[in-house]
Amino acid sequence: MSESRQEWPLWEVFVRSKSGLDHKHCGSLHAPDAKMAIQMARDVYTRRQEGTSVWVVRSEHIVASDPGDKDMYFDPAEDKVYRHPTFYALPKAVDHM
Amino acid sequence: MAAVQGSIQVSAAPNVQYLLRIGDSALILAQRTCEWAGHAPVLEEDIALANMALDLLGQARALLTRAGQLEGSGYDEDQLAFLREARDYRNVTLVELPRGDFAMTQLRNVVMATFFKLLWQRLATSSDSELAAIAGKAVKEARYHQQHAADWVIRLAGGTDESRKRTECALAELWRYTAELFASDAVDNYAAEAQLGPRWGELREPWLHEMTQILDEAGLQPHADTPFLSTGKNGAHSEHMGLLLAEMQHLQRAYPGGVW
Amino acid sequence: MYTQAMDTARSDDARKPVRSAEDLRMEERFEARIAEGEFIEPRDWMPDHYRKTLVRQISQHAHSEVVGMLPEGNWITRAPTLKRKAILLAKVQDEGGHGLYLYCAAETLGTSRDEMLEALHSGRAKYSSIFNYPTLTWADVGTIGWLVDGAAIMNQVPICRCSYGPYARAMIRICREESFHQRQGFESLLTMMKEGTDAQRAMVQDAVNRWWWPSIMMFGPPDDQSPNTAQSMRWGIKRISNDELRQKFVDAAVEQAKVLGVTPPDRDLKWNAERGHYDFGTIDWTEFWNVIAGHGPCNRERLAARVKAWDDGAWVRDAAMAHARKQSSQHQEAA
Repeated sequence: MSESRQEWPLWEVFVRSKSGLDHKHCGSLHAPDAKMAIQMARDVYTRRQEGTSVWVVRSEHIVASDPGDKDMYFDPAEDKVYRHPTFYALPKAVDHM
Repeated sequence: MAAVQGSIQVSAAPNVQYLLRIGDSALILAQRTCEWAGHAPVLEEDIALANMALDLLGQARALLTRAGQLEGSGYDEDQLAFLREARDYRNVTLVELPRGDFAMTQLRNVVMATFFKLLWQRLATSSDSELAAIAGKAVKEARYHQQHAADWVIRLAGGTDESRKRTECALAELWRYTAELFASDAVDNYAAEAQLGPRWGELREPWLHEMTQILDEAGLQPHADTPFLSTGKNGAHSEHMGLLLAEMQHLQRAYPGGVW
Repeated sequence: MYTQAMDTARSDDARKPVRSAEDLRMEERFEARIAEGEFIEPRDWMPDHYRKTLVRQISQHAHSEVVGMLPEGNWITRAPTLKRKAILLAKVQDEGGHGLYLYCAAETLGTSRDEMLEALHSGRAKYSSIFNYPTLTWADVGTIGWLVDGAAIMNQVPICRCSYGPYARAMIRICREESFHQRQGFESLLTMMKEGTDAQRAMVQDAVNRWWWPSIMMFGPPDDQSPNTAQSMRWGIKRISNDELRQKFVDAAVEQAKVLGVTPPDRDLKWNAERGHYDFGTIDWTEFWNVIAGHGPCNRERLAARVKAWDDGAWVRDAAMAHARKQSSQHQEAA
């Protein structure tokens, strides 16, 4: 695999299944851009029923707060949704970790 | 009982032929698209292509069922799908070509989806109410297929040098098979007079208009017309058709009287 | 289904011998949460070994779904009726979708899809051994639905209560979609057995003869050879033991075989009134371990097919990213 290759970014998918309801988080998927992400979300997450509306958001753009029991925090300064290795862009020289 | 299931013969009546042209084209395109399941570049596309194949298969089933009703011999969708000789299938040659690489697949998909969309739009007012009902549902599916495939063609054409080269190759390969879509004949004349559906030739202008827009956004151009004209609609297929049918029909042929 | 051999952890995954008092305290809190039925979510504290075990289990479950598309996908173009073609295509599509949900669930633990696929393609990661068997006839498709999906469902339902939130939610989605998979397989076989020809019936019996034992092996090694089961149970990753699930499966399958009118290839099958279960014959564990080790009928072909799809698709993925980068830099210039 060449080092110039970049993985398709991760998107979170929210679907409103019926008008009157809220959008609900149903999972994630990989897509190269927003337009493809919407289409793929439709194909992957609404193929059994008509979703009336689909939102997609880059996972890295979600800011999370998850208070819970503060003793359970791994790192209180962390505000990303997942501890995903590719969320953190490193300089090329150290990008192998 | 015979050791092998023989072929059925189908009426040459123009209304039946008109329906088979659409139904067989959907069926054979579905068959080629199915081949991608488990082999697509990403899982998301395995799912998307399977969705498209399922839509096309649904359209084919509805059309073949309707054709069987009009034909009068009592054939059902499966007998028509599995028991004709190659020369009695009426799909355009374009859809029986091997699936090729991803560029070939998406380019064929955008060509056919655009065509189907325009055809379904016209068929929504068919004098045959069954056909009109099928069209009402199918046009939404074709619209989505067109959008998805067009987006892919644009990305591949404007992606890397390799993807651009492959897209250009696919275009050069496929373009001459599109002429067949718009070659009208006696079957089309009948359909127009009976208000069953449009002459396929009438779809050429709107199809070319939409295709040119898509190709333009991809930085590509339609190819010039040539004398080449494929003839699948009349049952004179390419060499690919025999192999495709051998695979598709095998179980029905090998298990006469089988119930599945 | 795909949890077999998960418990045999590699030596480099062994817990670190020295843990701080803080670690021990966190771990006690963690296990207490699980004991109370709480879910662990992506950003909660979790022991390293919990995280690693889950990444391996979830990703291998995902690999199984994706590799599982191949033996059945093999028959889509040859399905004998349009209805069966549509059903099979939908089923294979579902399997792709399930793989996708699971890869995404695993990613919440700090791995990436590319990393997981690299592990699969290099042969380091495992997938369920059942998919290393070939689908030789159309009846194999129905038999897989009946036996293989049947076994999978038994394994999967308990995982819907797994302690890790994203995995549990993915499993609920999967189980909901899975409902038709076993039914359509069984129904396809029933049709052939009850309404079909002698040739079709012979085809079904032959398929059952080949898939019966591999399906039973899907539940993994016997409990006494699964050292980490206890910890997986405590952590809410594993809910029911291999042997228990296996017995449940055999009991159900024997009855279903009677309905179909097929004979399982096991001369030792016998109802044991005292136990209230079916006694069954000895499993050939050599075959099981050989297949796990890569020497089954189709291991090389399955992996080669996945590697080929990935490698052949590289230019597509690269093109999509290149296009996306060009678009976003154009937008930045315009801004």
